[in-house]
Amino acid sequence: MEYYDEMYSGGQVREPYARLSEWVDTMPADFRQMKQAEAEALFRRIGITFAVYGEGGDPDRLIPFDMMPRVFEQAEWRRLERGIKQRARALNAFLRDVYGRAEIVRAGRIPARLVYQNEAYEKAVVGVVPPRGVYSHIIGIDLVRTGKDEFFVLEDNCRTPSGVSYMLENREIMMRMFPQLFRQNRIEPVDQYPELLRRTLESVAPPKCSDRPTCVVLTPGHFNSAYYEHSFLANLMGVELVEGQDLFVDGEFVYMRTTQGPKRVDVIYRRIDDPYLDPLCFRPDSMLGIPGLMDVYRSGGVSICSAPGAGVADDKAIYTFVPEMVRFYLGEEPILNNVHTWTLWKQDDYKYVMEHLPELVVKEVHGSGGYGMLVGPKSTKEEIDAFRKKIEANPSNYIAQPTLALSTTPTFVEEGIAPRHVDLRPYCLCGDRIELVPGGLTRVALREGSLVVNSSQGGGVKDTWVLSE
Amino acid sequence: MLSRTASNLFWMGRHLERADTAARLLDVGQRITLMPNTETGYQNEWASLLQASGTADLFAEKYGEVSQEKIEEFVFFDRDNPSSVASCIEKARESGRIVRTALTSQVWDALNITYQDLRKLERTARSKLDTATLTDFTTSSTSTVRGAINATQLRNDGWHFMNLGYGLERADATARLLDVKYYVLLPRIEFVGSGLDTYQWQVILRALSAHRAYHWAYGGDITAGQVADFLILNGESPRSLITSLYEAVWNLEGIAKRYGETVPNKARDKAREVLAGLQSRDIDMIFDEGLHEFLTWFIGEIGAISTLVHEDYLLGGA
Repeated sequence: MEYYDEMYSGGQVREPYARLSEWVDTMPADFRQMKQAEAEALFRRIGITFAVYGEGGDPDRLIPFDMMPRVFEQAEWRRLERGIKQRARALNAFLRDVYGRAEIVRAGRIPARLVYQNEAYEKAVVGVVPPRGVYSHIIGIDLVRTGKDEFFVLEDNCRTPSGVSYMLENREIMMRMFPQLFRQNRIEPVDQYPELLRRTLESVAPPKCSDRPTCVVLTPGHFNSAYYEHSFLANLMGVELVEGQDLFVDGEFVYMRTTQGPKRVDVIYRRIDDPYLDPLCFRPDSMLGIPGLMDVYRSGGVSICSAPGAGVADDKAIYTFVPEMVRFYLGEEPILNNVHTWTLWKQDDYKYVMEHLPELVVKEVHGSGGYGMLVGPKSTKEEIDAFRKKIEANPSNYIAQPTLALSTTPTFVEEGIAPRHVDLRPYCLCGDRIELVPGGLTRVALREGSLVVNSSQGGGVKDTWVLSE
Repeated sequence: MLSRTASNLFWMGRHLERADTAARLLDVGQRITLMPNTETGYQNEWASLLQASGTADLFAEKYGEVSQEKIEEFVFFDRDNPSSVASCIEKARESGRIVRTALTSQVWDALNITYQDLRKLERTARSKLDTATLTDFTTSSTSTVRGAINATQLRNDGWHFMNLGYGLERADATARLLDVKYYVLLPRIEFVGSGLDTYQWQVILRALSAHRAYHWAYGGDITAGQVADFLILNGESPRSLITSLYEAVWNLEGIAKRYGETVPNKARDKAREVLAGLQSRDIDMIFDEGLHEFLTWFIGEIGAISTLVHEDYLLGGA
């Protein structure tokens, strides 16, 4: 398979990488090792670690950081930005619609079953329109590149996409270690993100809030693998980081327990999943939630970001219809394309997929984090056969996509520098405005030939640059 | 401030100070074993130190016989011992991690580095570590954190809660160390005033890094009365009961001033009352009353203040 390399074209260095190329070529090996060690020490000191569920081992594991940045030029980024914002608008329009009159279903553009029988569809919020009609306030859109102008959306994350702290810290660390690079290259900043996030949250304060809104970040707690990110964002926004036990409902409002008694909370940026939000409304055994929260939410006493039920827009079955949403709600042609997707509950698709398993990537509809997926070309016959049985048992739980020729960027490896596959997750903010900082999180598959970039599967991260003009 | 945040800051302070105390205990024990002519051999002193930190039963259950290696393991490394240096540092760092947003990056750095260094010590062969390395590591790391707190934290309610934790824990620790000396270490009353007695007092002073400070303050010979005065009633002595309690009162007053009268201030009132109790005594009165009885009363009062802090500020409900 041929892969598009973002730095080299034939023997030539592409324009955006011109200056970096010199930097790499003139870097002595021992200097590189020293800097790599320095980067690791910095990450560990700051305390950015990532615990992988179910793996045991070191709870303070670091996500590998690759010092070689990934670069976009301004024109490339502009197009991506337009595409991402367009997609974000369509996704929110869809959510507004399916919790209201569901015109898109009535028009026969999306099957009713996929919406109403979706696990993430929350009947509890039907008819509740959140402030400004925004359901998903932070949308992480995973993109892959296969050619100069060929970008595809791999999936949408409308609930609580994680990783933005890495985007910010990667940049911090690069600026600290290689200031000269930032003088030589004109790189768009990303550090306004927390400020934009706070503005976004404040812009969706509930109707009953009359003062300047009090926002909080709600975390499942410090044992959560993304806890660092939760505290990081709360800190940079200057808001409280709360756990369920810190909040309680009294009458029409939600309060937090403070040293001076109860204090009202207006906007909750939650980093816990819907089922855990309110034991009275969802899972009764949830220890993380706040009893009565949903009643307050429904009556306009508090805003929850993302809104409960937002997950219905980002599951892999709905994904195939996002281009349709763009046309239906916005009357535009999608700027970013989907990856062709076979849905296994369709007879023809099922037949095709089962005959071509060794070539395809098969994913669970509700899976995430790189778990429960099959990468056909990278799997043994036994693995494929085992997966085939799982599909046969429950075909509608799966979708399949062609194995994409993910682009590569140069990455520091043991022997020097070598191409590794990457993806990109920009973070789009939706409130009174739609905002996007120039850049995102680039994840890199560090193992040679691997196409799986998830940190739970041995992926690393890179700083992502957008060059200004 | 979130009640949970205040609680974590308070306990972060307490655990850091407690780690420091554990290391000082280890130092006292180590020095006493180097002393010739104790009556029943060194084992007794180690046992009395465990009693002082309230962990003698736990030790006996897990390790049985006393030996210096086992004590070091227990007092420094053992996570089953809630008062060990490792347990306290880990808990302090965990509290700090939970309230990252309330700490400056310098404080977090200092705390996190302390923890990473502890992990390194844990991975080092025990044969390569002597007691002094362990105690020096602890006192210097906790001082670094303390310094970062004083140099960089906002002087807000969170700062008061941290320092309140330090103050109460320190008052408690000094009282317990004194109690070991007078009640446990000296086997019989006729040793009072003997060379052994004086030496033990010196050891206590050293363990509290107060050896030289004592000489500055009193000059001349070390006597029981003066050392007790120095560690209980001397307002210049940084670890004395009165200084530690005064700090606690000062921080509670700072909190009360910020929060106004609508928030309960039972802890402040109680702490003021105990402080007044100390101020009304002189050292002879304390010896007449019985040093052990006095210290028991004091440790109980510190516990009561801590409970009231919890009730006033750390529950946070309606």
